[in-house]
Amino acid sequence: MNNESQEVKAPLSERRKFIIQTLQGVGLAALGAVTWSAYATHAKASPLVLRPPGAIQEEDFLAKCIRCGLCVQACPFDTLKLAKAEDQIAIGTPYFKPRSIPCYMCKDIPCVPPCPTGALNSSLVSMAKENGAKTLDINMSRMGIATIDSDQCIAFWGIQCDACYRACPLLGTAIVVDHTRNDRTGKHAFLAPRVMADACTGCGLCEKACVTEKPSIIVLPLSVAKGKAGKGYIKGWDEADEKRMLEDTEKSVPTTTTTPQSSKKAVDYLNNGDL
Amino acid sequence: MNWLFKHRFLISRRFVQLSLILLYGAANWWGLKVLQGNLGSSSIMGKIPLSDPYAVIQMSAAGAILGFNALLGALIIAVFYAVFGGRAFCSWVCPVNMVTDAANWLRRLLRFDEAERKVWMSRNIRYWILGLSIPLSFILGIAAFELISPIGILSRGLIYGMGFGSAVIISVFLFDLFAIKNGFCGHICPLGGFYSLLGRFSIFRVKHDQQKCTLCMKCVNICPERQVLSMVGKKSEFVTNTECTNCGRCVEVCDDDALNFNIRAFKKANKE
Repeated sequence: MNNESQEVKAPLSERRKFIIQTLQGVGLAALGAVTWSAYATHAKASPLVLRPPGAIQEEDFLAKCIRCGLCVQACPFDTLKLAKAEDQIAIGTPYFKPRSIPCYMCKDIPCVPPCPTGALNSSLVSMAKENGAKTLDINMSRMGIATIDSDQCIAFWGIQCDACYRACPLLGTAIVVDHTRNDRTGKHAFLAPRVMADACTGCGLCEKACVTEKPSIIVLPLSVAKGKAGKGYIKGWDEADEKRMLEDTEKSVPTTTTTPQSSKKAVDYLNNGDL
Repeated sequence: MNWLFKHRFLISRRFVQLSLILLYGAANWWGLKVLQGNLGSSSIMGKIPLSDPYAVIQMSAAGAILGFNALLGALIIAVFYAVFGGRAFCSWVCPVNMVTDAANWLRRLLRFDEAERKVWMSRNIRYWILGLSIPLSFILGIAAFELISPIGILSRGLIYGMGFGSAVIISVFLFDLFAIKNGFCGHICPLGGFYSLLGRFSIFRVKHDQQKCTLCMKCVNICPERQVLSMVGKKSEFVTNTECTNCGRCVEVCDDDALNFNIRAFKKANKE
């Protein structure tokens, strides 16, 4: 009985064959897509990478960088490298490691203008002059921020060292030295370096100059190193910061709720009420 | 002399491929500003931009609003291949072509074809990967194929240093040598698929003359995309299948002058 029914099976229609063959592709594609995106997600996640001056935010940078290396070719100090397969950085994108070669802060920023896609944006590193013309200003770059390990920095031990302070291209502005009394000896001072977040460009000359075996001052990407106070905290004594509060309230939806009860005025309650 | 003539396109292709790498390299190593950048995006004499249109499409899908130079560069390249080159990028520019051609040459020399078990793989996989790369770029926010592209790895590697990328290139070589003939360029690579689609109406084509053909099949044996030569010995016509890379190997090996480059005629010749 079964055999008979098999014999009379109609041949598959062309349409059905086409659909089956397409689905075969879909099955393979699904497996491929998962493997592919698993790798891509992994390759994207490299939070500790330092980008060239003028780089836009990391997430946008990854989408916008075409991996051409024009910035790398323009760099006169061989600071910038393109990530290789083993670098744990999205392959082909430019980065630098300050302990090997820091950014020497060229005044004309040769690496930024050649960028064809805008992943390096010259407006992020240019100052508007009074006449409206823009001039490149490397001090505006924010490649990262230097952070100090005060446990291993020998200046915090009381040993005299101002290597990072002296190496800083914004000496006295981006790194300052705090003098405090050394109670252990009673007659010396601690000369402890401190990084000023509003001025540090993240060039890494300090990291390069640091004398400890592994640098005690390192440049971290802003997204990693910086916290965020959030809307809840405003410097009430600072007019500029107070504006931040106003901006926020203008943007936000009013949160006052009106109920039948609250829409009535308290005075009305006293005058017309059931007193 | 005859050998040179028999390899005239091969020699020209290697010359073009190697000169491009040398020019890119010279810009990086010695600051010679003739051709800067790499195959992703470059700049001629610091003025004319060129960029990889497939990379630009992926990046746009990833949500990037690209700079003018990148878009103009992609347009220049796209128009060139759409009108003239067809899929010529693959055989005249791409450095991976040298790797896979080397694998193919060894294959012929060591007669792998005669002994190995045949693994069938669709030549359409490249279009599936091409199709996948766009939504994946959109979802991941990064140009998906550029993250894994052996073309990018090799072209950057030759200019900026290979590192572990050489493992990727060696694996492509071994895949083509031992596993599947023309496995990478002829089956998998979505950039080849992209240029196949882009160059659909390009004008430089190989033309077959059936009257002269002696059916020796040297052309079909040497062709990396042998499906494009389906008309050999049957019909006099242009190779219109867009998977032809215009490498010219069939023209060189033909002893009967039955294959030649020509400007494609779009109007069908009047039937007698």
